[in-house]
Amino acid sequence: MNVIRVGMADLNIACEPDSLRTTGLGSCVGIALFDPQTKVAGLAHIMLPASNQIEEKNRPKYATTAVPMLVDLMVQQGANRRRLVAKLAGGAQMFTFAGQSDLMRIGPRNVEAVKEALAQLTIPILAEDTGGNCGRTIELRSADGSLEIRTAKQGVSVL
Amino acid sequence: MEDQIKNLGEFQLSVLREVGNIGAGHAATALSNMLSSEIQMNVPRVSVVAFDEIAEVVGGAEKLVIGIFLRVEGEIPGSIFFLLEQESAKRLVSGMVGAFADESEEEFSEMEISALQEIGNILAGSYLSSLADFTQKEMSPTPPALAVDMAGAILSIALIQLGPMSDFALVVDTEFLQGDKEIEGHFFLLPDPGSVETLFRSLGVELT
Repeated sequence: MNVIRVGMADLNIACEPDSLRTTGLGSCVGIALFDPQTKVAGLAHIMLPASNQIEEKNRPKYATTAVPMLVDLMVQQGANRRRLVAKLAGGAQMFTFAGQSDLMRIGPRNVEAVKEALAQLTIPILAEDTGGNCGRTIELRSADGSLEIRTAKQGVSVL
Repeated sequence: MEDQIKNLGEFQLSVLREVGNIGAGHAATALSNMLSSEIQMNVPRVSVVAFDEIAEVVGGAEKLVIGIFLRVEGEIPGSIFFLLEQESAKRLVSGMVGAFADESEEEFSEMEISALQEIGNILAGSYLSSLADFTQKEMSPTPPALAVDMAGAILSIALIQLGPMSDFALVVDTEFLQGDKEIEGHFFLLPDPGSVETLFRSLGVELT
C-alpha cells in the first residue's frame, strides 16, 4: 500500500489499496471525496475560498476551483459522480488577536466555500471535523473511505 | 506579481541577507539584554520557497512548535514568525520568569505565554526598527499572538496572506542560539508580495 502525499494547494487521487495524506492543515481545508463502489478516493488541500482571476492557473489552491477539478480527475479514474461522498477537516483559527481581521477568519470562510462548492455538485457531506484552533494531519484510505485525523494536542480520531 | 518573487536574482537575495543580518543583529542584542545572557545568531538564510517547503526548515509540517506571530504594518507589510521547539521555549522563559517557570510541565502557564509574547515583541520591534532606519520606511509590528501546534498549520496563516498573489514566499530565516545550542529558535520575515518592490526601491536596488 502506498501513501500518496498531497501538498498545500495541491490535490490528488488514489485507488484501492493506496491512501492519500496531507499534513499540517491549519486554516486550510482538506476535502476528502470517495466513491464507495469503485473505491476511487480524492483529496484536496485548499488554502483560500475563491480566486479573483477568471482564468485561474493554480486551481487546487481555491475551494471553488479545486472541488470540480478533483471530481473530474476521479471520474476519469472510473468514479461515478452521483456516488461521491465527502468528508472535511481543517478550517481552524490558529491565532487569536484582539482585533479580529479578515485574515483571521479565513478558516471558517474556507469551510463555507467548500460546502457551497460541494452543494453545487450535490455531493453529500458525511462527516466533518472543522473549526477549532488546532492543526490537523489527515489520511484518507481508499479501502473503506475512512478519514483519519491526527492533531498535536487532541490525539487521533477517525471519520 | 508571482514572478516578481520567483525570479529574484542572486544579487537581490544577497541584499536581503544583509538587511536581515542587520535586523537580526539588533534583535539578538535586545534579547541578550532582556535575558542577561548572550544570544548568538547565524547569518540569515534568504530563500524563495514553494509553500510546501517552508515548514521543512523547522523539521516538517507536523513538527510540534511554539509559534509567535506578528503582522508588520506600514509601508512594507509582511509577517513575522518566531518558531521555537517546546524545550527551547521552556528554557528561554525560565531565564525570564525565574521561579515561576515550571520546566517539567508540558503545558505553558499564562506567565510563560506572556513572557514568550514579550520576547516576540522585543525581537520583532528591534528587528523592524533597524529595518525602518535602513530603508527610511515606516513599519510597526502588531501585538504578538501565540500558538503551540504543528509548524505547517502555524506557518500557513502567512502563506494564506500571500496566497492570492503568489505560490512562492520570500523567507528571511535567522537562527538564534543561546550557549551551546541550548535554545534554538527561527525568526522568519515574510514580506508580502507587494512589499518586495517597495523594499528594494528604498534600498536603491533594481528588481531585475
